[in-house]
Amino acid sequence: MLQFDHVSKSYPGGFVALERINFRIAKGEMVFLTGHSGAGKSTILKLISMIERPSTGRVMINNIDLSRLKRSQVPYVRRDVGIIFQNHRLLMNHTVFDNVALPLVIEGFTGKEMVKRVHAALDKVGLLDKQRCLPETLSGGEQQRVGIARAVVNKPPLLLADEPTGNLDPELSRDIMQVFEAFNQVGVSVLVATHDLGLIARMRYRTLTLKQGRMINDDLIPSRDQV
Amino acid sequence: MSILFTGRATGAKANRIGLVRRFLMFFVHHIRQALSSLGELWRTPAASFLTIIVLGLSLTLPVTLHLLVKNAQQISNSFAKAAEINLFIREDASAAQIQSLQTILKADPQITAVRHINKADAMAEFQAASSFGEALNYLTENPLPDVLVVMPANTEPAAARALMQQLAAERIVEFAKLDLEWLTRLEAVVRLMQQAVIAIALLLLSAVLFIVSNTIRLSIISKQAEIEVMKLVGATDSFIQRPFLYTGFWFGVLGGLLAFLVSETLLWGLRGAISDITSLYQSDFQLQAMNLYEFCGVILLAVSLGVGGSYLSVRRHIRAIEPSGP
Ligand SMILES: Nc1ncnc2c1ncn2[C@@H]1O[C@H](COP(=O)(O)OP(=O)(O)OP(=O)(O)O)[C@@H](O)[C@H]1O
Ligand SMILES: [Mg+2]
Repeated sequence: MLQFDHVSKSYPGGFVALERINFRIAKGEMVFLTGHSGAGKSTILKLISMIERPSTGRVMINNIDLSRLKRSQVPYVRRDVGIIFQNHRLLMNHTVFDNVALPLVIEGFTGKEMVKRVHAALDKVGLLDKQRCLPETLSGGEQQRVGIARAVVNKPPLLLADEPTGNLDPELSRDIMQVFEAFNQVGVSVLVATHDLGLIARMRYRTLTLKQGRMINDDLIPSRDQV
Repeated sequence: MSILFTGRATGAKANRIGLVRRFLMFFVHHIRQALSSLGELWRTPAASFLTIIVLGLSLTLPVTLHLLVKNAQQISNSFAKAAEINLFIREDASAAQIQSLQTILKADPQITAVRHINKADAMAEFQAASSFGEALNYLTENPLPDVLVVMPANTEPAAARALMQQLAAERIVEFAKLDLEWLTRLEAVVRLMQQAVIAIALLLLSAVLFIVSNTIRLSIISKQAEIEVMKLVGATDSFIQRPFLYTGFWFGVLGGLLAFLVSETLLWGLRGAISDITSLYQSDFQLQAMNLYEFCGVILLAVSLGVGGSYLSVRRHIRAIEPSGP
């Protein structure tokens, strides 16, 4: 379903963040993406969500080359891809409810159906009682979870998560991972970028390992020289 | 409908909501958005009110000028109707000849009325009105001619002038006079004012367009982070720009109302001066305020300036904002 075909990415200034990356993720697969800081994990997620474009090579979803899409089609691609951002990216002067409802409002949901879905998403991340709060009044981990609720609220077929457990304690991390697994079990493809090798080892899913922009391992367990 | 995932229904369609309900929801949604951007104005009251005031006052000048021109036109119209032709009769013409000319003219379809001012009456009137008084008694002979005052049916200056030339050819008419000079002058002045109104309006309105668009630009910049987030979760440019367009709409509505109030107040304040001038010419002059069409026109103009200015900004700046990575 998701395919990287000889993808390289160099940022303006000539820094090569990714070099000839090849991999595929099947529909309904759950995959971890790991590597040191600066290895290019976020860059891969940015290419999938069309925040950045590859310098060479193709990123394809369901055999559609993303670089072929028109500018006006980008929003519709992003509606199919739920993204959890490393730095949360919440609307700071809107309530938790409004933040989670945003993707639904954009898609034209209103009224009861919208409220029902927002409540379901907030319930999954355990923040139903905080729905009237402003994000500023929440802890880092709670903000993280608001971001997760927002990414899953419109049930996207592909879910990308960038350090979703970065600010969470081990117990909460496990809960959140279970939320992802639950999504995965109903057919959603999930790609999680994370440093948390312990978490990866426990969960035993396929793991892509990046090192300085190159794919060095694609296996069930992270490669030795990672650790 | 999804581009990448065939068969993935999205949004309201996914709920199989009926067309009528969706149509209603569309309206409810728009009204709600309009009201919420009215509330937005209160978040930055200083910028909003400055913009509304500039918009309102800039519209006030052309609107007031328009009202003055409209009133001036009313005067010039009523005078065109009063245009009359004076036929000065030869001294050697007999009373019978004058009488018969009068009868002929009365029968002419180009003429609505004929009045004879005989020279004795004219003399008496002149004596009463002027300060010569007694002195005139020493004249051995009345030097004033008989005059026929003719009202043309067609009061257009050109038609009246043609009629005058035709009447001047009558045998017993010494010469004919149509007092049109000042009328043409007034018309020229009115025309000039109309053109000035249009020129000033164009200048001011384009300034307004830029002021509105700049206010909206600042508002977009202050919401940059928010717009990036909206783009990241799949908002289209048109979704993001809608509240800004509504803000422009409210600038227009409020600015238009301001222009209406101020120009009516100005006209009210000037009515003394205006009626001083007009009473010189005409006694039954009535000050014409703005009518409903003009009011709607002003509001419509203001709204299109507000929305237009906003659109100019929104087109460029919302497009330019691109989210940078997670
Ligand atoms: N917008 C940018 N312009 C220039 N260089 C960039 C940009 N974004 C990222 N980079 C560089 O690309 C490299 C990879 O960045 P990326 O964010 O993908 O790393 P990462 O694996 O997500 O790291 P972390 O675990 O710290 O989030 C980094 O060295 C970074 O300096
Ligand atoms: Mg990163």
